[in-house]
Amino acid sequence: MIRLLYFARLREALGSVGEELAPQAGLTVEALMQQLAQRGGIWAEEFGSGKSLRAAVNQTLAPVTTEIHDGDEVAFFPPVTGG
Amino acid sequence: MSIRVQTEDFDVGVEINRLRQQRPDIGAVAAFVGQVRDLNQGDAVAGMTLEHYPGMTEKSLETIVQQARARWDIMDALVIHRIGHLKPLDQIVLVAVAGAHRGEAFHACEFIMDYLKTEAPFWKKEQTPHGERWVDARSSDDDARARWHEA
Repeated sequence: MIRLLYFARLREALGSVGEELAPQAGLTVEALMQQLAQRGGIWAEEFGSGKSLRAAVNQTLAPVTTEIHDGDEVAFFPPVTGG
Repeated sequence: MSIRVQTEDFDVGVEINRLRQQRPDIGAVAAFVGQVRDLNQGDAVAGMTLEHYPGMTEKSLETIVQQARARWDIMDALVIHRIGHLKPLDQIVLVAVAGAHRGEAFHACEFIMDYLKTEAPFWKKEQTPHGERWVDARSSDDDARARWHEA
């Protein structure tokens, strides 16, 4: 299983802090985003519309080509605004 | 190196003294303090809530400080970032860098702030007269970070 986490505006829009998913072999961040967008509604809006979301795999910022493996922690969030 | 993410306020004087005490090899400490403003994008701001990604936040700040240490000959660095509810005039962030001379300390301090602004997973939600709103990332912060690639 992979652990999915959502933060900030995205967490509120989805009404979810996260979930667990069984990853297919060879899954990438980009493919996972497409998979989530296929749920339709707000999921399609957030993951399918080219909105600028950032991804982190195992707590490191990750490009969309990054491969996801069983046991990974994958987070999606808007661009950061700290400081 | 010290990284702290906390709800409590901090005392800049105490923190800088701790950084430089018993270290006669340190000749310079450069520090940046961020403070909550009462105005953003033309709207009054009554307060804000800072959310973060526990675990990744600390990891990313450590990586940023390590990058600064690899780039400049600095002796120590401290990053404190607050989370939770903050109001105007509250301190949000402290970055302090100690080195033998001011040049390295100034540069490393600014580098750490520019990377913190664009990579550390914090998000601000402001309370305004129109209700609550998530703060949008600013392209000027990306530009500030990009300068370090050119140098």
